[in-house]
Amino acid sequence: MTECQALKKLHMYPQNCRMRGGARKGSKKSPKLIMKTRSVICFTVTDVYDYFRALLKNDEKSDRAFTLTAEAIELNAANYTVWHYRRVLLQALEKDLREEMRYITAIIEDQPKNYQVWHHRRMVVEWLNDPSEELEFIAEILSQDAKNYHAWQHRQWVLKEYKLWDSELEYVEQLLEEDVRNNSAWNQRHYVISHTTGYSDPSILNREVQYSLKQIKKAPHNESVWNYLKGILQDRGLSSHPGLLEQILELKETHCSPYLLGFLVDIYEDSLENTSGDQVEVLSKALELCELLAQERDTIRREYWSYVGRSLQTKYCSGDPSTTSSAPETDRGSASVSVHQETTCNS
Amino acid sequence: MESVSSPLRCFGECHTAEKYTDDGVETVTSVEQRKVERSIQEVVSVYKQIHSLPQPTLLRDQHYQYLKKGLRHLSDAYECLDASRPWLCYWILHSLELLEEPVPTAIASDVCKFLAQCQSPTGGFAGGPCQAAHLAPTYAAVNALCIIGTQEAYNIIDREKLLSFLFSVKQPDGSFVMHIGGEVDVRSTYCAASVASLTNIMTPTLFQDTPTWIVSCQNWEGGLGGVPGLEAHGGYTFCGMAALVILGKEHMLDLKSLLRWVASRQMRYEGGFQGRCNKLVDGCYSFWQAGLLPLLHRALFKGGDSTLSLQKWMFEQQALQEYILLCCQNPAGGLLDKPGKSRDFYHTCYCLSGLSVAQHFGNMDLHHELIVGREENRLAPSHPVYNICPEKVAQAIQHFHQLPVPHEGEAPNRLS
Repeated sequence: MTECQALKKLHMYPQNCRMRGGARKGSKKSPKLIMKTRSVICFTVTDVYDYFRALLKNDEKSDRAFTLTAEAIELNAANYTVWHYRRVLLQALEKDLREEMRYITAIIEDQPKNYQVWHHRRMVVEWLNDPSEELEFIAEILSQDAKNYHAWQHRQWVLKEYKLWDSELEYVEQLLEEDVRNNSAWNQRHYVISHTTGYSDPSILNREVQYSLKQIKKAPHNESVWNYLKGILQDRGLSSHPGLLEQILELKETHCSPYLLGFLVDIYEDSLENTSGDQVEVLSKALELCELLAQERDTIRREYWSYVGRSLQTKYCSGDPSTTSSAPETDRGSASVSVHQETTCNS
Repeated sequence: MESVSSPLRCFGECHTAEKYTDDGVETVTSVEQRKVERSIQEVVSVYKQIHSLPQPTLLRDQHYQYLKKGLRHLSDAYECLDASRPWLCYWILHSLELLEEPVPTAIASDVCKFLAQCQSPTGGFAGGPCQAAHLAPTYAAVNALCIIGTQEAYNIIDREKLLSFLFSVKQPDGSFVMHIGGEVDVRSTYCAASVASLTNIMTPTLFQDTPTWIVSCQNWEGGLGGVPGLEAHGGYTFCGMAALVILGKEHMLDLKSLLRWVASRQMRYEGGFQGRCNKLVDGCYSFWQAGLLPLLHRALFKGGDSTLSLQKWMFEQQALQEYILLCCQNPAGGLLDKPGKSRDFYHTCYCLSGLSVAQHFGNMDLHHELIVGREENRLAPSHPVYNICPEKVAQAIQHFHQLPVPHEGEAPNRLS
């Protein structure tokens, strides 16, 4: 279609076109909510470019251009150029942003895994400076897919930008109640606490440790909670938390898992790193666990656990005061370094 | 070089024991995971029945036909990727180079001409002709042109304008938006670093504060999220790590936690990788996740680590190859996420890229191969940072380093 032809077809658009309702192309779901019938002149994406080229050439900022963006978006909601043009028009034509919120709400419901739609919503919320619908809307999307990455990203932005922290921990707990394995919820827990009370307060930290241990007892093979426990304790040193090692060793009897064993390795490693004095026993236990994980309990990670064992052995082997050997050349003509250190440890 | 025609891991008697333990507490996560495991079990069991001797086969011819056709003509189903057409070029060309299938000169030239039409007059490449420049298709276009590797291809890139495009999307905090008026996330830093380093347009200030910003995306899990605060995710983690490697700043990350996180993303039953903790396996993470291990290996080695293996990456290479070969191939050509999903060029590219990572350990000096199934399954090695073949990387860098770095004259900072 030439520009001339395109402009001709656009004459009197959208009034001059057939009305249509029906399944939207690109929809992931069936058309449960057709907002209103729309006129259609864009049948293919080629049509889209033909029309837009004609409009952009004249830098047209009109209502018909605005209506056209909606059609283009319907054909391909990932067309970021069209979304940007729509935003330019929203401002130039001083369109009703509340109506735009309704529009973008419907689009996101239909295609919640698209970058552009969430970014567009963020822009409209910013222009309106009104986040009042956001937490409820995002919760609705998350109720359909509790791990939607874009939804969580938008939520974190809203919380931080507008300081709406008050009910978020409660919301996170509700999600974890529904699915204790929801890693996004665990991440959100960390996000909320980090941005509010922080983890420095011992009573907060202890509360979180207790909460985690409680969840571990309920479902010991849930990797998320083990990662969370490590995540909140690692900066202060796993081995420094009083009584933790004992609690984990106790759990080992009845609630064992590869994650528990890995956590023990982490505690022992931290102890080796941060405790002075004879650590031969600790090293020995750590190495034994690495071997157990590599050979039996977590064999998919055999190469990794073997490496951890070798590293610990090299670093903490008694009688070997240096922690690292001198850095090998980056360009090695031939492999002359043996894979396993031959140091023997007094055990 | 090792060829595994012997026991498949997924045929072993211990394999069933690797299934998910839900502790009697059913949630959406555990229900979904078990569904996938059942479908994998089905695939493996069918395979056992048909093949008395396990020799997983890469369906080279079928994939080749699928790719060859896609480069010329895509069905209406691809309208949803109409703003990602350079991606389609890259996914298909890279898949073909991994399969060591040459691209006819005429077609290569046509691709060049098409990508030239995608280049924006203000620099960078767009998702298609007449669209706005965007870092993702810019990354894809530059990679595609480097795969083609002819003078014609290299000459398409307007380096001066590309540099000004990169400056135009650069943010004061070190991050980049994906396009003017667009969103920020860590993908943008990888796209920018990749094209800037390949085409030799890195200036002293272009990536100022970028490493610090990327590092702020590393979270309590050890992996990286899309922006600071978000859940650790394989795609974003790869982008952040690879960008830092390009910028020479990988040691700013906590490499040990990152290693622990990514190693933990390999699924004990399926053998493939998940994108995030407690989510499902997906063939594309064969590259985004497994591809981190070569980067980590190199980073740890550079940092003086003498305990690294000289033969294997720190993931189960055999298990990953089995997952891809048994579960991710469409019999009519093309690869996919997991059984039951449709094929597409994105998954074809990244499943094959992951297969290549799993087959090849080392670099030019030290190379150890582990091929599951027939020897013919062997793919070309891929560069772990750029994900195009190493020869093409070297050739491009050599070409563009003969040209001067364009003058900085940055565009005024345009915020979204």
